[in-house]
Amino acid sequence: MDERVYEKALAGERLTPAEGLALFAWDLSDLGRLAQAARQRHNPGRIVTFVVDLNLNLTNVCAHECAFCAFWRKEGSPDAYLLSDQEIANAVAAAVSAGASQVMIQGGVHPGLSISDYERILRMLRLAHPQLALHVLSPTEIAGLARADTLTIRDTLTRLRAAGMDSLPGGGAEILVDRVRNRVSPRKISACGWLDVMETAHQMGMRSTATMMFGCIETHAERIDHLDKIRALQDRTGGFRAFIPWTFLPANTRLAEVPRAGGLDYLQTLAISRIYLDNIQHIATGWLTEGIEVAQLGLFLGADDFGGTLSREEVIRSAGGGADASRQEIERAIRLAGFFPARRNTGYEIITDG
Amino acid sequence: MLRRIQETVAARERITPAQALWLLRDADLMDLAELASLRRRHWVGERAFYQYNFNVNHTNICGNKCKLCAFYRDEAKGYTLTPEDVGEAVATVHARGVDEVHVVGGLNDKMPYSYYLNLVKAIKSVSPSIHIQGFTAVEIDFFATLKGSSSLDVLTEFMDAGLDSLPGGGSEIFSERVRALICENKAPAEVWLRIHEEAHQLGMTSNATMLYGHVETDEEIIDHLERLRRVQDRTRGFRAFVPLKFFPKNTELGAGGRASSGVFDARLLATARLFLDNFPHLKSLWMIYGYKGAQVGLAFGADDIGGTYFDETIVHAAGAQTPKSLTEAEICGLLQRAGRTPVKVNSGYQGVTYG
Repeated sequence: MDERVYEKALAGERLTPAEGLALFAWDLSDLGRLAQAARQRHNPGRIVTFVVDLNLNLTNVCAHECAFCAFWRKEGSPDAYLLSDQEIANAVAAAVSAGASQVMIQGGVHPGLSISDYERILRMLRLAHPQLALHVLSPTEIAGLARADTLTIRDTLTRLRAAGMDSLPGGGAEILVDRVRNRVSPRKISACGWLDVMETAHQMGMRSTATMMFGCIETHAERIDHLDKIRALQDRTGGFRAFIPWTFLPANTRLAEVPRAGGLDYLQTLAISRIYLDNIQHIATGWLTEGIEVAQLGLFLGADDFGGTLSREEVIRSAGGGADASRQEIERAIRLAGFFPARRNTGYEIITDG
Repeated sequence: MLRRIQETVAARERITPAQALWLLRDADLMDLAELASLRRRHWVGERAFYQYNFNVNHTNICGNKCKLCAFYRDEAKGYTLTPEDVGEAVATVHARGVDEVHVVGGLNDKMPYSYYLNLVKAIKSVSPSIHIQGFTAVEIDFFATLKGSSSLDVLTEFMDAGLDSLPGGGSEIFSERVRALICENKAPAEVWLRIHEEAHQLGMTSNATMLYGHVETDEEIIDHLERLRRVQDRTRGFRAFVPLKFFPKNTELGAGGRASSGVFDARLLATARLFLDNFPHLKSLWMIYGYKGAQVGLAFGADDIGGTYFDETIVHAAGAQTPKSLTEAEICGLLQRAGRTPVKVNSGYQGVTYG
């Protein structure tokens, strides 16, 4: 542990990439103290938020066929699916009556779907649920729709927003370094492409989250590179509401030999994310990929948000992730860890139940 | 409180039960991580240990019928492996490099004393180099009843047959109040502790466990640790302390005890490392805490996340969602990414030197 860097981070000063990289050799206790101090600067107190949401994976047909993904199928494969409008409407209506305030829609990049399909779905949902936050389509999917209809990113987002889209989930970022992307997701949007969609959306006044999938084939330096790119974009736009790091799950993927990240691997990078991203307010701990026990410890490593109830999530579960948690279980897990659970909306405002 | 404890730990001295209780309940989690890591470094530095081992659960027929257990069956539904079955299985895995066998099973009184002794002989006949860690103190006590002699006699005879060390199971929580609730028929605390002390006097090593997360209180946890620390002061025969988290599924005891929390697990590991100042090793077993949780334990005082454990069945019968075995590469990867140097050892930690 380097005293100078410790004091600097404790005072809330910005770390350089080299200083960030050195944190990987520190003890968890030192990282935890700095991350807790950063958490208190951004989110004072002991409240931990979560969102009651529905996570709808529209289709598992995906043209990208990423090596790290266990979810995608080829079109026409026996277990390929595409939800019908009726299925979507039913699932969302059920979630709303169960208290969901947000629906997150992400899925494969289906070659048969065009922007007009998404516009139709969004209009249908907006009409039925005027208050529901439509947190839909990661940059990869946005870029896919733009390309298919030869639209600009801005025009694509404009049309989707007009149809009801509120904000973007931060998926598909993986590691924002093209060396890594070329190996694990060569057909997916480039690092620049991902950042460009986010920057455009932020400029239009839309808000989003950002993610990082780590513990795959990337180096520690590439993780810091990822954080640095997110931080630089946030300096320009301020449009990221939260950062959500999660670990690669190799089961059922083409990268099955990559060793799974352990809980300490996760907590260390979670804390470093909190320390390094001095301009993003919220950091989520991930029960879905890490399990409830490790996610609870994440609250001591800088996280202030427990994510969503994520009912119906399929992508992580197809890769051997596996926990299931109801709203009650999430609240209980937060309390047992010594924090106060509070339900939030997509904008991270605490909402009280009516 | 913290300052006093920090000074005590830095000076490699002993903390009191009251201080341990404060650590378990009230200390800051990052202070716990730091202090436990300091004590861990005093013992083993940046090394972390694992075993290349194989698990044998030779029978699940057991007359004790503990409420905490999901593994036992009655005679009609249970199984009993012959010494030949066990020898064959061990020979197969030994050819793949396994050099340690764990033997733990039920108390099946339909089998004669010689059956249990023959299990040891069958394994040792595969290769004398195999380390056998076998039979909890509860089983040794049962063998003494079967044979109609003392536990010291039994231990001597098993040691002569090739038994190298005792596992730590069966200790549960030493509190008489708790034992009456969760395992009323099991050998009492004094018997468990006496048998380990006898084993140590004969030159065997052993581990100690503690089953937590059911009906025990924080005070009963510290009491358990204190009884272990006292025996260890006399014998120095314990190698590792192994906390076992209770999995309620499929047990008669069921849920309703202490709720599972990753934070409490971490607090417990760190407190144990700090209070058990005379135990060189602390395990956060992957079969208990999971692949992910076990690695976290390394930041809270643990220096061992367990071995490969092919074919474990007892913990999994109680609904543990953890994997059933890990490869050597997976274990070493977890240790290395935590900044540790993996060292393969047997459960006697033979040849390990301490700082």
